[in-house]
Amino acid sequence: MSDNVKFVQGNEACVEGALYAGLNFFAGYPITPSTEVAEALSSRLPQKGGKFIQMEDEIASICAIIGASLTGHKVMTATSGPGFSLMQEGLGYAIMAEIPCVIVNVQRGGPSTGNPTHVSQGDINQARWGTHGDHAVIALTASNHQDVFAITVDAFNLAETYRTPVVLLFDEVLGHMREKLTIPDPGQIPLVERLWTSVKEGVDYHPYLPREDGRLPMSDFGGVHRYNVTGLFHDMWGFPSADPGVVHGLLRHLVDKIYNNENAIARYKEYYMEDARTIFISYGSSARSALHVVEYLRPRGVPIGLLELQTLWPFPSRIVREKCADAQAVVVVEMNMGQILNEVKTAVDRPDSVYLANRIDGTLITPTDIRNILRVIQGKGV
Amino acid sequence: MAVRDYLRERFFPHMWCPGCGHGTILGALLRAVESLGLKKSEMVMVSGIGCSSRISGYVDFHTLHTLHGRALAFATGVKLSRPEVKLMVPMGDGDALAIGGNHFIHAARRNIDMTAIVMNNRIYGMTGGQYSPLTGYGALATTAPYRNIDHGFDVVTLASAAGATFVARTTAYHVQQAKDILQKAIAHKGFSVVEILSQCPTYFGRKNRMGSAVDMLRWFKENTTKIGSKAKAENPDLIERGIFVEKQLPEYCSEYDKVLERAQSGGS
Amino acid sequence: MERCRMVFSGSGGQGVITAAIILAEAAVLHEGLEAVQSQAYGAEARGGATRSDVVISDATINFPKVIQPNVLVCLTQASYNKFSPIIRPGGMLITDSRYVTIQKKVDARQFELPMHRSVMDKIGKPIVLNICMLGAVLRLTDLVRAESVMNVLKRRIPSGFLQINQQALDLGMELAGEHGV
Repeated sequence: MSDNVKFVQGNEACVEGALYAGLNFFAGYPITPSTEVAEALSSRLPQKGGKFIQMEDEIASICAIIGASLTGHKVMTATSGPGFSLMQEGLGYAIMAEIPCVIVNVQRGGPSTGNPTHVSQGDINQARWGTHGDHAVIALTASNHQDVFAITVDAFNLAETYRTPVVLLFDEVLGHMREKLTIPDPGQIPLVERLWTSVKEGVDYHPYLPREDGRLPMSDFGGVHRYNVTGLFHDMWGFPSADPGVVHGLLRHLVDKIYNNENAIARYKEYYMEDARTIFISYGSSARSALHVVEYLRPRGVPIGLLELQTLWPFPSRIVREKCADAQAVVVVEMNMGQILNEVKTAVDRPDSVYLANRIDGTLITPTDIRNILRVIQGKGV
Repeated sequence: MAVRDYLRERFFPHMWCPGCGHGTILGALLRAVESLGLKKSEMVMVSGIGCSSRISGYVDFHTLHTLHGRALAFATGVKLSRPEVKLMVPMGDGDALAIGGNHFIHAARRNIDMTAIVMNNRIYGMTGGQYSPLTGYGALATTAPYRNIDHGFDVVTLASAAGATFVARTTAYHVQQAKDILQKAIAHKGFSVVEILSQCPTYFGRKNRMGSAVDMLRWFKENTTKIGSKAKAENPDLIERGIFVEKQLPEYCSEYDKVLERAQSGGS
Repeated sequence: MERCRMVFSGSGGQGVITAAIILAEAAVLHEGLEAVQSQAYGAEARGGATRSDVVISDATINFPKVIQPNVLVCLTQASYNKFSPIIRPGGMLITDSRYVTIQKKVDARQFELPMHRSVMDKIGKPIVLNICMLGAVLRLTDLVRAESVMNVLKRRIPSGFLQINQQALDLGMELAGEHGV
């Protein structure tokens, strides 16, 4: 079998995706269950001339990648729950200063130190609302290693396209389990490269003056254009401003550039959805259990399907509403207390027909768990 | 190039209070840069949050105004990813040593090539005069109305112990020395720390009855002395000025080149 | 083929996790099969009774964990005590006859193999106990060829160690042949 077929952990699949996308700077701090990402990159990045640095904490890690992104590199950090909490201020900075970067969160049980070696999907809302102030964020996930690879490439593409941090919300089961990964040939998945300004040396470059299409071309730190970057509200020069018009315009820009592109950013997969009357909505490793149930029940004549979400933020409300229009029951399968459930209830026409099938004890939700909950929903008892 | 050409005059007047020492430090820094003949596009200034950190807005370098305490972490990312640029990281005392204390010692430990400038006015000025890790025992601040019981760090000892390979101290009164030290610090290959005592007549001065800005500058003159001077021997309370540490040790980005070499030759 | 769900258990350091990875990797890279491997982490993986799960199939594997193994390997008494109740009725139990005393009959084909003693007698290096165990599993399940396992080992370990691994693999297959098949 050829060399591009590998048997790897999900964390390694993420590393392969990042390298394929052109990652060349990583800063991180060890934390279970994401540590294998840092370990693999400490070996792989310098082999291709990239830089790896283990920082003193997660705060420093996200700050370092933002600094490196400004010099023109594709950058990433990886962490888990408590480290992701520490990164929230830096995440907000990257949103405000519009710095492309990718933040991987391999989720474990929380709050606090929680359940470090066990699975959870409890950070969905933290990814959305963890940093302070109004803002928009892109968060993606996947349920198998081939998709972990592809969505990681996508994360880099979206970060460059929208000049924004992108959060990858994997989980302990995916991060640690091993399965097959086929590395695509170069060019097979298109890459979005940094959009550099065409403004020549000596001509005024406005780092925060969007083009007509809304994109902001960049100029590398250390290059010909010198400008200011700040986490304060700022004008087109990047200089701090508290002018109400400037503040209003910038905040609206930061939110609109993501929300106006909700459908373009939405990634999802459909399984047996055409005639499904019962629809599972799931994501990450729990989607594997949901799909297992669908493939068990379909041959037994049950019209059931799965809508697997890969984009969690911005939540693909329009797509969820449309796909669930004819469903008698929508069952959200996730490993938290209903973080995506609430989004689905808000999105669909009949929120009363949306149910939660969850598990929160650090164990991957099983097909039996889901089938038992399904029976209760159908009024059959367990 | 004239010193003035390094400024972004578009953004003046600056936001510092009348009598603040920070503008003097900016002046000394620009004269140091000018003496070294550095080009504007080869310099990156990274700052955090506070009065001192606004310095980055006024210089026509690549400037990155970051988060409170995190300037050195951002700067580490910039420097490691683009080692050819000159990195200057001006910070306030609270910025560098309270919220940013961990980043400070770790940047020193790595001996990464950048110049950390601690603009020490012994107070949090931007938030209105609270005590900092350099306020000192017995001083007054808006959060120490019954006098401060926290002991201050000695920046020079701290930076030396953490591994900085260039450590110096001066004041906003000693402008020529400040320029000379900054010039050496910027030229030094490795992590350099320059503590510059700066007067804050608005908060530290007023709270502690230090008088006007001029009185505070006179205090710097009268209460500091050159390293190892006779005056110091006679009066141990005097604060020493000068270069305390200046040594050559392997620098982080150069060391990283060895990592690249080993990785690419398949060794370890 | 029937989907095969396996649990390898023992104490931390016995190499059960490595054995599981080698088997699953051999299935994927050299047999064209699907396989998923997972394992206990943290405190559970250090001493006591650690486990690694492997699912091998010719179809896509969605649910990656093993709830009821068709094949359960226990290299210590603690792991036997902990995991023997989960074996799938009619499944297969493989234990090391020196370290595990089977307490009660379970509804499974039971193979008590003198793996540790044979490795010590014939090879003298306890580090290859896990490969000997893998040999027994190969022989008893017929899922993956020995050659595929050796191909995986060739990429993972220095060539100087290949021979004792081959010996251990053969030894495990022999033991399973003598005592079982």
